[in-house]
Amino acid sequence: MTEHVEIHDAHNDPEHIKREVRVYLLVFCSLAVLTGATVAARYVFPDLRMGYAIAIALAIAATKGFLVAGFFMHLLSEKKLIYAVLALTVVFFAFLIWLPLHDIADKMGK
Amino acid sequence: MTSHADAVADHGHHEIEIPFNVTPRPDTGVYNAKLGVWLFLASEVMLFGALFSSLILLRTGAPTLPNGLSSWPVGKDTLHVLPATVNTFVLILSSVTVVLAWANLRLGDLKMGRIFIAITLLCGFIFMGIKAYEYSLSFEHHHYPSTHNFFAIYFTMTGLHGLHVLGGMIVFAYFLTFGSKMWKTEPARFTNRIEVVGLYWHFVDLVWIFLFPTLYLL
Repeated sequence: MTEHVEIHDAHNDPEHIKREVRVYLLVFCSLAVLTGATVAARYVFPDLRMGYAIAIALAIAATKGFLVAGFFMHLLSEKKLIYAVLALTVVFFAFLIWLPLHDIADKMGK
Repeated sequence: MTSHADAVADHGHHEIEIPFNVTPRPDTGVYNAKLGVWLFLASEVMLFGALFSSLILLRTGAPTLPNGLSSWPVGKDTLHVLPATVNTFVLILSSVTVVLAWANLRLGDLKMGRIFIAITLLCGFIFMGIKAYEYSLSFEHHHYPSTHNFFAIYFTMTGLHGLHVLGGMIVFAYFLTFGSKMWKTEPARFTNRIEVVGLYWHFVDLVWIFLFPTLYLL
């Protein structure tokens, strides 16, 4: 049984794939560093106000999320229909998160 | 119609040909399974989004102590950060091994593709093992879902996430064994299947990326 099969098209050009692999490894290293930074930030500045701690942690998490979604899930070069599906998802997700935040703002106003 | 009847007679059963599982469908620009998994992931965003929304409500709604501080426990003082940090690295590693498996399959190398799928599966086992250890530490401290709203949402979110990891592991185990037979007849379709399960796996990683700081560190 041969295990090597030729799959020819521009997307599967070996040089193109090898460049992609280098990017994947770079993203992996970045994610590892950012994970270390997330934990370190919390322990190096233990007396940081919770508001700032949340902002820093979420900023690092958002950066990591961008790397995973953009490069591993190829969202930086995806088709318009996928963007449309995700745009609708973002709207509903934002509403879900806005609900409790609106409630908090309402309580603080009273 | 005649050819379909012949096919049924030849094989003894109906064979339904699913269109656009290798080439992109002209009107969507993607193959069907890829659109399908993105729609599924959109629903998953709402599932975990509802839980994150609940977490915000529970946290901000927690009573204030006489000293003016919130009664909501601080994750880093309550949970076990070290095993969770190790698990974060394990999931990140598994995310890169999935794309490396996919890249090798696109290069036509099934052997390397399977090696990377196996490493991904191994990472899944390590993640679940560490998660079980972490839960056992919580139970030793008599921390159960009924102990406090914090533990209720912690066990719900990490438990649901763990079930997603388990689901991914089952699919990877299938593609590592019986499912890889497709490579002999339809290598491009098999490669697409790995891409699709990879998208799901990255999403599971993505959820953990946000779960980790919000539950364990803040």
